[in-house]
Formats: sequence, C-alpha cells, structure tokens
Amino acid sequence: MKMSRRDFVKIGGSIVAMSLMGNTAAAGTHSFTGYPDRYGMLSDLTRCIGCRRCEAACNKANNLGTPKTSFEDTSVFEEKRRPYVADVGSYTAVNRFEVDGKTVYCKVQCMHCEEPACVSACLVGALQKSPEGPVTWNEKVCIGCRYCMTACPFYIPAFEYSSAFDPKIQKCFMCHQRITNGIVPACAEACPVEAITFGKRDKLLKLAKSRIWGEPDKYIDHVYGEREAGGTGWMYISGVPFSKLDFQMDIGTTAYPELTKDFLSIVNLTLVSWPAVFGGIYLMNHKDKKSHGEEKEVQK
Amino acid sequence: MTDMIEIEDMRKTETVEFWINDLFFNRLSIKDYVKSLINPFNIFAGIIVLIGLAFIFMRFAFGLEQITDSSNTQAWGLFLGVGLFVGVPFSASGFVMGTAVYIFGLKKYQPVVTNAILLGFLGYLFAVVFLMTDLGRPWRIYYPMILSFGPASVMFLVAWHVALYLSVQALEFSSSAFEWLGLRGLRKLIVSATLGLTIAGIMLSTLHQSALGAMFLLAPGKVHPLWWSSYMPWLFFVSALAAGLVYVIIVSKLTQMFMKNRADEKYLSSLDEITLGIGKACALILFTYVGLRLTSITYENAWGYLEGPYGMLFLVEFLLFAMAPLMFFYGVQKKNVGFVQVSALVTMIAIILNRLNTVYITFNWQLPHRELFYWKEVIVVIAVLIIEVLVYRWIVNRMPVLRQHPDFIGEEHG
Repeated sequence: MKMSRRDFVKIGGSIVAMSLMGNTAAAGTHSFTGYPDRYGMLSDLTRCIGCRRCEAACNKANNLGTPKTSFEDTSVFEEKRRPYVADVGSYTAVNRFEVDGKTVYCKVQCMHCEEPACVSACLVGALQKSPEGPVTWNEKVCIGCRYCMTACPFYIPAFEYSSAFDPKIQKCFMCHQRITNGIVPACAEACPVEAITFGKRDKLLKLAKSRIWGEPDKYIDHVYGEREAGGTGWMYISGVPFSKLDFQMDIGTTAYPELTKDFLSIVNLTLVSWPAVFGGIYLMNHKDKKSHGEEKEVQK
Repeated sequence: MTDMIEIEDMRKTETVEFWINDLFFNRLSIKDYVKSLINPFNIFAGIIVLIGLAFIFMRFAFGLEQITDSSNTQAWGLFLGVGLFVGVPFSASGFVMGTAVYIFGLKKYQPVVTNAILLGFLGYLFAVVFLMTDLGRPWRIYYPMILSFGPASVMFLVAWHVALYLSVQALEFSSSAFEWLGLRGLRKLIVSATLGLTIAGIMLSTLHQSALGAMFLLAPGKVHPLWWSSYMPWLFFVSALAAGLVYVIIVSKLTQMFMKNRADEKYLSSLDEITLGIGKACALILFTYVGLRLTSITYENAWGYLEGPYGMLFLVEFLLFAMAPLMFFYGVQKKNVGFVQVSALVTMIAIILNRLNTVYITFNWQLPHRELFYWKEVIVVIAVLIIEVLVYRWIVNRMPVLRQHPDFIGEEHG
C-alpha cells in the first residue's frame, strides 16, 4: 500500500484541525488574575444567628418551589445539609455546629471560584465565570454529563435526577440577574444581622482583614477563600477554626484548571509527532512493497 | 471447502430470498433460523436484555433517578464506570494490533487483526451507548462537536476523540463488511486508506486513553491518594496497551471454544503462536506499568495511606498487577499457551479493578455515607454488555472476521 496524496491531505487536515483545538485549550487555561471589579460575597460566621431567612429569600428569588420543611423550622439543624435544591428547596443551606461550647452557624453555597474547576470541566462551555463575578450556567447548551459535579472540590453543583426532559444543573448563581440590574443578591438583602456582605471582591477582602485586625480575639486569622483553590468569590471569616465547620481543608491554593493544563499541552505534541514517527516506521518497513504490488497487478 | 461448493451450486437459482437468507440467516430459511436461535443461552440473554431495555425506557421517561443511585456527590455510577472507563481501555485492541500489523509489518498477527479491530469498534460503540444512557440530555450529544465548545475541558478532548475514533474504527472494519456484501470497489477504497486510518487511530488513542485518566486530575481530593497521581494519564495509557492485548488473547481463546465453525484453519492454527507473542509484549508492558505505579505513588508521597480497607483494596489490585508480568514471563519461557491465557485473565481482572477503584469504588473516600449502586443499574449494565456480545456474534457469524473471505484471499491490507 502506498501513501497517496489523498492520505496526506486527510492526515494533514486532521492534524491542523486538532492542533487548533489544542491551541485554544492551552489559551483557555492560561494563567488568569481575575476580571477587574468583579463582585464577591463575605460571610461573617461570628454574626450569623441561624434564622434561615437567606434560604427563604433564595427560594423566593429563584422560584424554587415549596420546601419539604418550612424555612422557620429549626429542626433541620439536627443534621448537616448540603445546598441541593431537591433536599432543601434552596441554593443555599445553613448548618449548625457546636464548637468548644459555642454555637456557630454556617451558610453553604457555591463558592464562585476565581478559576473554577467546574468551568474548566465543562465540555460545552455551559458553565462560565462571568466578568461580574458569579459562576453562571447556560441551560441552552448543557448536555448533562455531570463532569462539573465530579470536578467541584466543594461538592456544590446538583443535578435534577428526577427530570427526564430538561434536567438542570442547580447551584447558587449569586443572583446574577439581580446583580446586572444593580440589585443586591437576595440572601445578602434578607440577612437581618449583616452576616452576608455583597460587594467588589477586592474591597471585601480588605473588609475581612480589617475586621480580623480590629478584633483579633474574636476572629481566627484566616480568610477562607482568599487563596483556597486559587481564590474564591465567596469568602468566610470565623471565630472558630474552619476545620471544625466541615470546610474542605485539603484543597490547596492551586487553581483547579492548572491541574489539567500540562496534560492538555501535550495534545499538539502527540498529534504532530505521531504521524512522523509511525509514518516513518511504516515507510522504512515497506520500502520495496510498491514494486511487489505492481508485479501482482501485472500477473492478473 | 464444502461451503464454497454449495455456494457455487446454489448461485444458479439465486433469488432475492436466497440473497437475504445468505446474508442474514446463515443460509437457513427464516423459520429454521428462528428455530436455531432457541437455546438456553439465548433465552437467558433475551430475558435480561428485555428487563434492561425496560429499565432504560423508564430512565428516558421519568429521569435517571429511576434506575441509578448516582447522587450530587457521586455523579457517575456503573454506566460510565463500566461502559466508559473499563470498556475503552480494552477497546485499545484495535489500535494496538493495527499498529503491530500495518505499521510495524508484523505479519504474524494478521489473522487476529480484523477481530481486534471489530472488538475495538464495538467497545467504543457501546461506550457511547452507556454514555447516552447516562447523559442528562443525550439528544445533545453532538453539541461539543458543532454548537458549543469547551476546549479547556479534558472531557471535550475525550468527546472529540471518541467520536472521531469510533468513525475511524467503523471505516477500518468496513472492509470486512464490504467483503461480506461483495462490494469490491468500496472495499478497495477503504483498504487503500489503511495507513492513514491506522495512524489516526494511534494519535487519537494515545490522547484519549490518557485523557480518561487526566479527567480525574481535576478531582485530587476525591480519588483516593493511592490511585490519584499526576501520572494518571500515563498510567491509564500504559495499562490500556496491556488491556487491548490481553483482550485479544482472551477473546481469541473464547472464539476457539465457541465460534470454531466461523474460523478458518489459518486463524485457528496461528492462535498459539500469536498468544505467546502477545504474552511477551504484555510482560514488558506490565513490568513498565508496575514500575511507573510504584514511582508515582512514591512521588505523590502516598504510601502512608496503606492502612484500612482502601489500603487492602490497593494491595489486592497491586498484587494482581505485580503477578501478571511474572506470570506472562514464565508462561512465555515455558511456551505454555494455557498459562499465558490465565495470565491474561489475571491482567484483565487487575485492570478492571484498577479502573473501578479509581473512578468509582474509592471515589469520595473521605465522605462518610456512600451508596455505590442500585441493583437496576447492574441489570442495565449486564443487559447492554449482553447486547454487545450478541452483536459481536451476529457479525462474526456473517462477516469474514475469524477467517478470510474466499473471494478476497491474497488481497490483504497493507
């Protein structure tokens, strides 16, 4: 068999096409310092009183239906809940912890990472880090593969397993619609004790540090989310160690897209070198094959 | 030989009915063909397949929760665990044997190459079937190809490569289908593209076999430290080479046992030598794998996790992997074909265990309550695998896979 011009064109074309894919992949995960003026949230766990009004406000703002238990019911604190709509009727859930005799309430929701694992996992670009700050999801293109759920280190995205025709990825979107209309997210608006502060992330980080600086005995010296997973849009300050409040403490400070960046960079290398290597071996092997073939044709 | 004479005689009275019976019913009338299908295996297979299809129907009518225990923390269950992450490495059979025969010119393996490509093709085809069952919106499966791109995603790479490679393998195998249908021109066209298709297969397989491991690079806190490693892509790739090879050894043995009447003398008489040859390669590949695995665990400093049930699970898996190359080496030295086949089986179990451990059994090892799977999921998986076996059998019963088509002898590929 000989390598015809057609084969060359075919192989060449596929290499070019796939190299382009590889290039955009490398560009997509290139180091990124965040959109300027993006918004974030700050939860001050020393202030939260566990009233669950944020959950109720979230439910109302996002039309999430009637919850299994009312948002006034405090019996839900018996167990640790995850912010999955099917379970809690809201994109957020408040949990209660007893730490060294102190009662601490902690609100859980999407962390809106600076460089999210879910966004780098999404093969159709349905999940995006918006320039405003929230991590958003585009229902029109999601194929329901659930890789975002496998990738998220905070176990946040939920999937509508009960829906056959339009199962959604459900998570907090930091009330993206409201933000773009200049309105504060529903949970921050509803909080009666200002435990949730909405604002530019840069300013919130300064606010968090000034609170810790101002009352060093009240707070531990850690802004959770400043550097975790490369930094998150939602940050926390607390009077007790985060490790006692079910926070993930082992996720490091590397942005998650970095974990697959090296791998994606070999795509081009392979696509370009393999045809040369294996095509070369083939040609070395079959040097005189052509003449044999011709002889055979003649004999027939 | 008798087959050929019969064909010659019956061609005189060739009719459409004969042509259909010849192609589809193994030269029996429909009635006799249906009768010939009634046997205990087929009845058992039929029942499981019917139940499985009913469950799949429920899933498409009422949502995934009807048949799986997948949850918001454990998003993927047995469908992808078995169908994609176990199925695909074994489907490396096509590209490994294709490379050996068409690139390196190892004619010795010619008799098994068509079968290896068919096995690879079906492995990918059914990986897509499992994927379609598991996807939330399977009717959008083509979106990453033409509508919306997420090129920073390893899954994007996997989707593209599985789609392209499925097409490549369909083309590669189509030459046998064209022989079966007697379409000489199309066959010639495909055969002339063998080199291009084989190299495309190497590029696509290298990348997506490793990409299946790279997908889990994004979940360092979820995959157990004895399995998670920054070397995961290369561990997946090297073990996929072994998986493809042992798959050929094992299925060759099975065809020898159950499909002898569809094979020709050349195929049957060459299997022992081929098995020993592949065994040699497996010994080397698996030695490499074991070394890479040891160094990667050391590199990640994960030996401290050997305690507890996950540590035990790792030791079982690792013991199988460590035994396999020694067994292959011994079997090849003693020219003991049966022993090499047993070694292949040990390797197969080790690789299945490795994939399931990585993506499924130890996944979320830090979470206290985990429900792994729902019994309906198991039934669906078995049903789809049985369908794969039935499709394989249907094809081998008709097309020249384990034999050369009498009309095309002397017109091999490459």
